Amino acid sequence: MPDGFDAVTLARAQFAFTISFHFIFPAFSIGLAGYLWMLEALWLKTGNGIYANLYRYWLKIFAVVFGMGVVSGVVMSYQFGTNWSVFATRAGPIVGPLMAYEVLTAFFLEAGFLGVMLFGISKVGKRLHFFATSMVALGTLISATWIIAVNSWMQTPAGYAINAKHQFVPAGSWLPIIFTASFPYRLIHTVIAAYLTTALAVGGVGAWHLIRDHANPGARRMFSMAMWMAALAAPLQILAGDAHGLNTLEHQPVKVLAMEGDYDPSPNGAPLVLFGLPSNDEGRIRYEVAVPHLGSLILKHDAHAPLPGLKDFPKDQWPPTPIVFWSFRIMVALGFSILGLGLASLLARARGKLYEWTWLHRAAVVMGPAGFIAVIAGWVTTEVGRQPFTVYGLLRTADSHSPLAAPAIAISLLAFIVVYFSAFGFGAYYLLRLMSRAPEAHEPEPAHIPQRAAGITPAAGIGGS
Amino acid sequence: MNIDLTVVWIAIIGFAIFAYVVMDGFDLGIGILFPGFAVGEERDQAMNSIAPVWDGNETWLVLGGGGLFAVFPLAYAIILPATYPLMIAMLLGLVFRGVAFEFRWRDPRHRPVWDLAFTVGSTTAALAQGITLGAILQGIRVEHEAYAGGWLDWLSPFSLLTGVAVVIGYALLGATWLIWKTEGTSQAHARRVAFWLGLATLAALAAVSAATPFLEYGYWRRWFAMPGVLLTAQVPVLVIICAATFFWSLRRKSELLPFAMSLVLFLLGFVGLGISMFPYVVPPAVTIWDAAAPRESQVFMLVGSVVIIPVILAYTTWAYWIFRGKAGVHGYH
Ligand code: HDD
Ligand code: HEM
Ligand code: HEM
Repeated sequence: MPDGFDAVTLARAQFAFTISFHFIFPAFSIGLAGYLWMLEALWLKTGNGIYANLYRYWLKIFAVVFGMGVVSGVVMSYQFGTNWSVFATRAGPIVGPLMAYEVLTAFFLEAGFLGVMLFGISKVGKRLHFFATSMVALGTLISATWIIAVNSWMQTPAGYAINAKHQFVPAGSWLPIIFTASFPYRLIHTVIAAYLTTALAVGGVGAWHLIRDHANPGARRMFSMAMWMAALAAPLQILAGDAHGLNTLEHQPVKVLAMEGDYDPSPNGAPLVLFGLPSNDEGRIRYEVAVPHLGSLILKHDAHAPLPGLKDFPKDQWPPTPIVFWSFRIMVALGFSILGLGLASLLARARGKLYEWTWLHRAAVVMGPAGFIAVIAGWVTTEVGRQPFTVYGLLRTADSHSPLAAPAIAISLLAFIVVYFSAFGFGAYYLLRLMSRAPEAHEPEPAHIPQRAAGITPAAGIGGS
Repeated sequence: MNIDLTVVWIAIIGFAIFAYVVMDGFDLGIGILFPGFAVGEERDQAMNSIAPVWDGNETWLVLGGGGLFAVFPLAYAIILPATYPLMIAMLLGLVFRGVAFEFRWRDPRHRPVWDLAFTVGSTTAALAQGITLGAILQGIRVEHEAYAGGWLDWLSPFSLLTGVAVVIGYALLGATWLIWKTEGTSQAHARRVAFWLGLATLAALAAVSAATPFLEYGYWRRWFAMPGVLLTAQVPVLVIICAATFFWSLRRKSELLPFAMSLVLFLLGFVGLGISMFPYVVPPAVTIWDAAAPRESQVFMLVGSVVIIPVILAYTTWAYWIFRGKAGVHGYH
């Protein structure tokens, strides 16, 4: 039995660590790419320089975020082979092509146009530059679509057959493999999450500068845009999350029961547990605080609808309930706080006080990092809730890992921790420094314009080319 | 018509790996040579010459790995655990290399730290890739379709030799790239370095070629038996022609030709490797057909690849075209 430091546990810890770090950056870069696209589009449409200025302000931040997203992502694409080689051999014929399509259709697109987006402002025409921005933004969305398809197949597998080598292979069409039961819900919920996360970060930065200077035009504009986004996207996200939960109840009931903390079946309506300390060993929740019937009302839209309990399922299929229970609550609590912020901003706007109410700005600063916490909590719910399987119901995590000695994984995990905290720690510090500088009237381009084409700059004639 | 898709696929993966090796090769090479450049103008020029393209170049590595996962899952699942510490070292090296591009401009006070991270990261990644090559060539222990060795089996004098050879070769690519993309003292410096690196690369190539046929009987046979020898004998001849052109072009102070010749040199080395290994992906046990994914997966991937890879090549070329000309030092405020 696992003693806490066996190869599987270490490999899981390594995957959880590297993917959690990775996802922080995509959540920001998907959203920021969309925001930059919007800013440049508004600039082209209105000619108002404030948008060009905000574009340049956020572009510098985007460059740092994107760089960290890329290097942590490259790590992810090798994790399946290094740590999960049995999973890789067996599920490779299905998930491999989807991930390879992600590389072909998304990563090259992002990387190919990123250089022009970052350094080409004064090199190509306005429209061509906007095209580059559009391609990068599109690339982030395509990337999300494929990787969510992979993850959703692992959650709700479909369209597969099993061949003589025990591999999952396509049973015929690829469509059921890509469009699995949970895919649309997960994709929508994750993409809205990315935009919401970015809106909160942008809003937090805008608010920070408004507190110092109510009149800064850049800060006003970014705060206003971000608060619109939060007010509109937060309710959508809650609706999407609710629909996602109903879908999960249908396909992965054990996960939802763990999220709800329902150990015992409730034949005439389940309560909603607000607080408590779940324990898989005891099979109950200690210090439970619950509202009767509310659980069934939410999950079945009927207060007296019966719900099963974890005890209806074999114990070796239970996920680690306490983690899922709490990560889910963190996400939902943040979801409603974001909604609250959005509503408050609408009120302030209606009163014409959007740029004056300092308490609103303070709240927005505090909520700045909320999106990041919510997305990580959401993924933890999804992934830990899928345990003890990698391919839900079909391939156990304990049977998926590489034939590696525990010390090798332990050392590499340690190396990842040290390197990530130092490299990305500095990165976070640079980001905060960039954000703490108020947007100026004439924002410079990203600090280094790397090249000048021969013939465009006067000095280029000297060196020849 | 009966095309063997598995062979088509190994050709595509081979192309992706080669594209990675030469394109990220010059990026990593610049990182390896970085400490030799004077702080200030020389370093800034070198960095600026690759800043807009390094991400695209590195993506070929993701395609190489991802493609292997998709169409040769067994090879992916054997090679990666077999070279585990090397893979981790490479990935961590690439982390430092990648973040250095942005961070060195963000923080002038710590610029020496990020310059060092750039060099250490690049060198580590290059060395790990080279040692991995040697580890694959010398053979991997496989039982029941899984890696069956220990976690340090990859370490041997031969794999260390290939490791050093790749570092030297990448440095040559980096130096000749800079001859092409820079001017003034940077260019003169790169030209001097390129001369010595050219010699070292040839020596390394000779050493690896001399050692390879003795690793395993198959390599020897493929290189020296009739009628294959008629084909393989061309590779060394071409290497000599290419090396002569390289040194001649350096003396003539050509700007593009030294880089082009380094690329050809790499291509020849790559072809030589292909001759040695084919049809194995994991010598001496697993052939490309053993490792191949089922036909449905191969077909699904192929349909997209034949359409998308040309499009990728087109816009990548466009991006290089936008940033044509010499790398500037100005523009940094
Ligand atoms: C919902 C979105 C999402 C999720 C769940 C993931 N990623 Fe990611 N990934 C992105 C969204 C994204 C992105 C937005 O497209 C990134 C972020 C920054 C960037 O450069 O592109 C990216 C970058 C990125 C890169 C670098 C691409 C490049 O070189 O340009 C790789 C190799 C991966 N990812 C691989 C993975 C793997 C193997 C994952 C899971 C195990 C994963 N990503 C989860
Ligand atoms: C980006 C968001 C993601 C986060 C934060 C995340 C988080 C996690 C966590 C916390 C675990 C460990 C679970 C445990 O050990 O109890 C895990 C495992 C795993 N996840 Fe994810 N995950 C994410 C996305 C994905 C995606 C997109 C895939 C598929 C491509 C994936 C595949 C896996 C695999 C293979 C494991 C290892 C086996 C396992 O423990 O289930 N994850 N992930
Ligand atoms: C009250 C509001 C919310 C509800 C009811 C909700 C519900 C859910 C549910 C049921 C899951 C799926 C677990 C599974 O079945 O696999 C989930 C996952 C997730 N949530 Fe939420 N959520 C809410 C708010 C948020 C917010 C505000 C964010 C981020 C800003 C967020 C980000 C995520 C992410 C990234 C995932 C993992 C991907 C996925 O499975 O969709 N959620 N959420």
